[in-house]
Amino acid sequence: MIADDLRDLYQEVILDHGKNPRNFRHPEDVNRFAVGNNPMCGDRLTVFLKVDDAGIIQDVAFEGAGCAISVASASMMTQILKGKTAEQAEKIFENFHAMCTEDDREMIHEEGIDPDDIDRLKVLSGVKGFPIRVKCATLAWHTMQAAMKGEQEISTE
Amino acid sequence: MNDTATIIPMTESGAEAGFDVKRLRADFPILDQEVYGKPLVYLDNAASAQKPRAVIDAMSGVAETCYSNVHRGVHRLSQLATDAFEGARRKTARFINAKSDNEIIFTRGATEAINLVAASYGRTFLKAGDEIILSHMEHHSNIVPWQMLRAEKGIEIKVVPIDDDGNFEMAAFLDLLSAKTKLVAVTHISNALGSVVPVKQVIEAAHDRGALVLIDGCQAVPHMSVDVQDLDADFYAFSGHKLYGPTGIGVLYGKEDVLNGMPPYQGGGEMIASVSFEKTTFKKAPHRFEAGTPAIIEAIGLGAAIDYISGVGFAGIAAHERDLLTYATERLREFNDIRLIGTAREKAGIVSFVMDGVHAHDVGTIVDREGIAIRVGHHCAEPVMQRYGVTATARASFGLYNTRAEVDKFVDALQSVKELFG
Repeated sequence: MIADDLRDLYQEVILDHGKNPRNFRHPEDVNRFAVGNNPMCGDRLTVFLKVDDAGIIQDVAFEGAGCAISVASASMMTQILKGKTAEQAEKIFENFHAMCTEDDREMIHEEGIDPDDIDRLKVLSGVKGFPIRVKCATLAWHTMQAAMKGEQEISTE
Repeated sequence: MNDTATIIPMTESGAEAGFDVKRLRADFPILDQEVYGKPLVYLDNAASAQKPRAVIDAMSGVAETCYSNVHRGVHRLSQLATDAFEGARRKTARFINAKSDNEIIFTRGATEAINLVAASYGRTFLKAGDEIILSHMEHHSNIVPWQMLRAEKGIEIKVVPIDDDGNFEMAAFLDLLSAKTKLVAVTHISNALGSVVPVKQVIEAAHDRGALVLIDGCQAVPHMSVDVQDLDADFYAFSGHKLYGPTGIGVLYGKEDVLNGMPPYQGGGEMIASVSFEKTTFKKAPHRFEAGTPAIIEAIGLGAAIDYISGVGFAGIAAHERDLLTYATERLREFNDIRLIGTAREKAGIVSFVMDGVHAHDVGTIVDREGIAIRVGHHCAEPVMQRYGVTATARASFGLYNTRAEVDKFVDALQSVKELFG
């Protein structure tokens, strides 16, 4: 018997992204990257970004090793952020972070951002019931944020 | 099991006669609870062990009846507290068969004990070009202090390799030993792999080359009888909280003449013989190394833990934990997608493993929902993870109160992991 909250955390979509992460590669022509560490569990992800002069994310990819939650979140992040501006990426992350950490908070639609992109992240809301796993879900996002700011190494400890 | 433990033949149930795990479990109040509606199964003993009622009562007893500062007051409570505190030192000395109570220094934990040796002995006696030998399976607390010393003094650090099963490679160690070797600092039992290091042989070989030896005994003292005189260890460090005692207290054993040749580690009250602004003289060991008010209640708690574990007896504990290790290893081998990390010839009750396609962190979360506490991650031993090409393992570590039925629950929970991850 597997508890409902576990089924909720490990939904099919997450297991799929965890096993077959999208954009799991090291693009050649990146201009931003950062390494994210979660020292508690040994997760380590590198996020690569190619941002054009207009501030639009032309490519985003990642490599590394981590748990199903951190890899799935990274994988979904790369799909969502492609084509977004730095400001939009920041907004989506804030939105996502609030969903993961605040009670009764869902993803909120925002002007100028495709609601489908926002809604896709709802699948990770199960981490709310596992506070220790929030760092896993947000690791790639913190790393993306650091890369945007030009910091090359972050730790979520 | 080791150099000194006696192996007792097991009965059919796997336990030594007289070792009654059901009765012992009742000594640990915390075990009688449910987690997420499931009975707690605590398999994280290598990280920290639970406390028997005797320890809890001893600590609250001091606080309620005779607590006071030690070694200072002329009043009645100070005398009682000092007697209890020094009594804990005596119990600790007997527990590891130190020659004298003066060889037992109370520290905050094993980490501080190792740092004390690095800071006091290391900074005084080691110089550029001297070599320290560690093993590849040290806990970070027996790596980082030596790296800090290296940065300061320019010493060299040599590392004894471990083989694919996690055995300490004795031949390689003997090759690394040289006239340059000044100190060997190795674990007695690996916290990540469970491997038992033949420390007596290590010490003998090191002494032949004139090097001192520090043993990190954190994982050994809860599970087998340790005799520092028989081992001939120069330093032996361990923590209280892995020994069913409190946090905030640990022990550095050191040979008396070695300790008295070392300068103080920290300055303050308690460690001085006399102080003037011109000149201060220091007490001898152990007080030389115990500046400031010590962890009085915790030391007394450690003494109670030692009484408790001595009362249970290592013959029974070692046989029981060996049975759990054998049983758990057999059951984990039923999974064709589980790889055991650490299959040394001599092992303590630790099983570390990785599951194909499932990160250890996910394993930990899923079994937690079944009420089972295990450790997942690198176990503060990242070089071990690198050695086996993994980023993390799941680790179940046994204590005297664990049972075969708990191993079965753990294995059932691992089936749930497989079910969920398909």
